[in-house]
Amino acid sequence: MSEVILELDSVVKRFGDNEVLRGISLNLHRHEVVCLIGASGSGKSTLLRCVNLLETINGGTITLFGQSLADVRVDPDKVRRHTGMVFQSFNLFPHLTVLENVLVGPVRALKRKRSDVHHEALQLLERIGLRDRAEEYPDRLSGGQQQRVAIVRSLAMKPSLLLLDEVTSALDPSLVGEVLDLLRDLAQTGTTMLIATHEMNFARDVAQKVVYLDGGVLVEQGTPEEIFSNPQHESTRLFLERVR
Amino acid sequence: MVDDTDTTQSDETPSFFAPRRKQLLLGRRAIVASVVSTTLIIGGLVAAFYLAPGGAIVRHDFFNPHDMWESLVGNHHKSLNSVGLGLLINIRVFLIAEVFILTFGLTLAWTRMTKSPVLVPFRILAVIYSDVFRGIPVLLVFLLIGYGVPGLQLGFISNQSPEVYSCVALILTYSAYVAEVFRAGIFSVPHGQILAARSLGLTNATTMRRVILPQAVRTVIPPLLNDFISLQKDTALLSVLGVIEAVQAGTIFQDAKFNSSGLVVASILFLVMTIPLTRVTDGLIARDRNRRLASS
Repeated sequence: MSEVILELDSVVKRFGDNEVLRGISLNLHRHEVVCLIGASGSGKSTLLRCVNLLETINGGTITLFGQSLADVRVDPDKVRRHTGMVFQSFNLFPHLTVLENVLVGPVRALKRKRSDVHHEALQLLERIGLRDRAEEYPDRLSGGQQQRVAIVRSLAMKPSLLLLDEVTSALDPSLVGEVLDLLRDLAQTGTTMLIATHEMNFARDVAQKVVYLDGGVLVEQGTPEEIFSNPQHESTRLFLERVR
Repeated sequence: MVDDTDTTQSDETPSFFAPRRKQLLLGRRAIVASVVSTTLIIGGLVAAFYLAPGGAIVRHDFFNPHDMWESLVGNHHKSLNSVGLGLLINIRVFLIAEVFILTFGLTLAWTRMTKSPVLVPFRILAVIYSDVFRGIPVLLVFLLIGYGVPGLQLGFISNQSPEVYSCVALILTYSAYVAEVFRAGIFSVPHGQILAARSLGLTNATTMRRVILPQAVRTVIPPLLNDFISLQKDTALLSVLGVIEAVQAGTIFQDAKFNSSGLVVASILFLVMTIPLTRVTDGLIARDRNRRLASS
């Protein structure tokens, strides 16, 4: 197995009195795909946000490439440049064209020259079959297309880790497939991903490791085979029966 | 068969006809109804104006064509200032103040929203500023600046013309309002936009500049134009510092000839100045609304 790049150790996150993450410990290796499953409110999204420093944790440690994210010397902007995040609601920038959406990260955050990134951006759009829509505004695209652009916008930053937060949950059922296909494609080319998802078949297909969360507690983790075919805990079994 | 006593739905056949009186307002009759009501109301107002006991006097004192013309163009020999030329001062002050208000207002909004620890004192000052200048009547700001600043004897600063002090008073007051409009616009941008920008690694300032502001400005334009309409009118306050703009010229005319037609002329000129902006603003609001309806 390749090196561990992300290490969560007894991570605790509270919103007021509400403890959303209760001591989560989890490792992620380079080129690994880990799927977080669990009911809404189980803490999947919060976990991803903590890794991206959109939330600060109240206990435990998150270590990314050997550096604790709680270290005061850590610049959150730098962390985020290496951890791309894709959201349930796409969040494309509506005042920018599709191409500009993809360019904005490398140009404005990494300060790369527009002319240098331009070609890469078009190639990324080519990869998702939307090169001919580059000059259009996001509201002209379908939800599936928008979400694929959002994924590519993150990829343009060449992140070492991609965090995906229920990226198909806001989509029409008919549009889910195209987004999952892109993620499968990314998984095959060795993209390291931490994915919160409700798509069990997808998780079974692409993940090397599946993690079941319930009420902020990591109940069990294992290979897709172990979790889906032979869950050890009663609550995992019940959850899988309900979503099936 | 189903037992019909068990259902919560009514068994009656509903009738959809409006009652008699409401029928008078339906279909083509609606046009007739609107014509009748318009005629009655406008006719009533005109009649009141003509039939009022003092109607004839007011018409002579306020709407005398000869005096209206004389006040509009002014009269050199009688030292009567032109209301029309006065309005040019109102317009000039409006245009200059506007630029400063936009810049200063945006700076205030930005300062108030910044998270940088270094700027904390400025943030507090911005809050106090907006409370103070939204709280003091514009008229008082004019008087305090116009009489207070020259009294300080601060050389250059105390040696400006009343027109400059008026401009400053308008800028101080309106920036506070415009800052709040900008802030509301910034808050109207969905939080997901900020999350997306920050998670790309854009700094707070870049997020503001490249993501938030471009979107905020669009929603902010109609309320901003509303503030500018009101700014155009408040240039009339220049008169309290003795600047001979439209209103002051009308007042001079009134004092000299005991005739208020100059004030009516000033009103008409203000209307001519504000109505285009008012129409543009309403048009933009309607366009935004249509776009929202079309996209949902």
